[in-house]
Amino acid sequence: MPRTTPAIARVAPEVSAAYESVIGLEVHVQLKTATKIFCGCSTRFGDRPNANTCPVCLGLPGSLPVLNKRALEVALRASLALNLRLQQNSRFARKNYFYPDLPKGYQISMYELPLATHGWLEIEHDGAAKKIGITRLHLEEDAAKNLHEGFLDSDRNSYIDYNRCGMPLAEIVSEPDLRLPGEAHAYLTTLKRVLEYADVSDCNMEEGSLRCDANVSVRRRGEERFGIKTEVKNLNSFRYLQRALEYEIERHIAVIESGGSISQETRLWNVAEGRSESMRSKEFAHDYRYFPDPDLLPVHVSTSWLAEIQRDMPELPTARRRRFEQEHGLSDYDAGVLTASRTLGDYFEAVLRAGGPAKASASWIQTELLRRLNDSGLSVEASPVPPAALAGLLAQVEAGSITGASGKKVFAAMFESGKSAEEIIAAQGLSQIQDTAEIERMCREVVEKNPESVAKYRAGNQGVFKSFVGLVMKASRGRANPQIVNETLKRLLG
Amino acid sequence: MKITREDALRVAELAHLDLTEAEIEMFSRQLDSILTYVEKLNEVDTTNVEPMAQVAPPAASGQAAAGTPLRQDKPTPCDVVSDVLAGAPDASPPYFRVPRVIER
Repeated sequence: MPRTTPAIARVAPEVSAAYESVIGLEVHVQLKTATKIFCGCSTRFGDRPNANTCPVCLGLPGSLPVLNKRALEVALRASLALNLRLQQNSRFARKNYFYPDLPKGYQISMYELPLATHGWLEIEHDGAAKKIGITRLHLEEDAAKNLHEGFLDSDRNSYIDYNRCGMPLAEIVSEPDLRLPGEAHAYLTTLKRVLEYADVSDCNMEEGSLRCDANVSVRRRGEERFGIKTEVKNLNSFRYLQRALEYEIERHIAVIESGGSISQETRLWNVAEGRSESMRSKEFAHDYRYFPDPDLLPVHVSTSWLAEIQRDMPELPTARRRRFEQEHGLSDYDAGVLTASRTLGDYFEAVLRAGGPAKASASWIQTELLRRLNDSGLSVEASPVPPAALAGLLAQVEAGSITGASGKKVFAAMFESGKSAEEIIAAQGLSQIQDTAEIERMCREVVEKNPESVAKYRAGNQGVFKSFVGLVMKASRGRANPQIVNETLKRLLG
Repeated sequence: MKITREDALRVAELAHLDLTEAEIEMFSRQLDSILTYVEKLNEVDTTNVEPMAQVAPPAASGQAAAGTPLRQDKPTPCDVVSDVLAGAPDASPPYFRVPRVIER
């Protein structure tokens, strides 16, 4: 990927500083259900193309949509998690457009009466908290996947897989409250976390269950009115999001600075070339001719059902973070790391349930576990060391049967082999040396071999003491009980 | 005329239809007559009538209106795709095939 942004003049930082950018995000998430939003077809990912289709999602005449209760329930859970107000009345509308990804000739969506409005999400950026308004959340069906490449006749034909057509989506639209690409990144990260915690969606960008478009404009600082905006599509990775926004903001400023004006249009982020390209100008903007869908009645949610959903809401990240601080005495930082994803928080709590001490568990997870998972590209769920096995290792360290240093080696071996701590300690002979006579023998050897350091120490250089400890630990391959080593060395060096 | 020639052309464009001169003229006239007919409704005084888009069953007394029916989230496999593919203008099983389209 090219490092520089081609086709636009670089804007000097002092020029950029005179501008403020205004960003709003439109996020689509696929709701966690077993079936599609309006028919009983499976939502499984990766099935044979067109295997999960029926007359409803293929748009055959005479078929009628029936709303999936679970899809509505999950969308309501998302609404509660995002502090949205449920609309008294919401209804589905037809968004008419003619394209083979929707065989009906329209997408069932919501328009003038969305499911919920007026929400907010608190984000953290550069150490400051900020509330970002959420305009609305509505339900809609996904469209099919069109394949334009990879077939012998791809120069003439496109292939269509309708398995995705009719998947349940929630569209979540933010207010134009974001001022920096970094804030947009923080918003998307926080939104993803909240939706994962609320069990709304897998939020997997690679599989397309979380997708993001952005509305971007710039204005001179102090100006109240918004500038003309462009919509940037295809921001389907956290990395591209920030990069694409930076590019687009700079493009806007460059156009304005050179005396031009921004034209309102839809642009597509080109990942390979690292720039946005015009896709469709306002003049050719789609005219969707929305109207209420006569096949579906308005959506009513009874107060008792809503109360039930509210009662069964999973704990959200902020609440869990506070609880980790209060119940387990973790620092704000540690609690933040351990609640960054629901699965990591679940792992931590499972270690505690298996008897792991809170602070040690928190620190081993953050250092040893996360580092190794990162290095091997594994998710927490796929960890070769399950929570109970980590708790078992911590118990061995706590009981003093192995040293902390050996513990790290044992952990590495557990991660490689999937074996328990006991097995590895026994097999590698890593159990801690507690025998004072043996430790004294090792200490004497080190002292005898290093007369110069001994002289320094006796002359008052306390600093060399550590090097003695280090040498003994090395000689014992990390197995000597550090406390006994300390005491013995002090006595010998006296 | 409620419907101009330009209106008819715009609607045709949105539906990806290529119309002949005669068709443009015919559809303009037909659409115009439909709109003129529906416009009769404007003669009715609707000052105190709530707009209604769907005919919903009335709420039972003391209860909220039922709203759209809901379906349980249970998969109901439907083995129609091979039949549908067989009836498609062009198919390359397991795919449907259409002339190359890139979104406009």
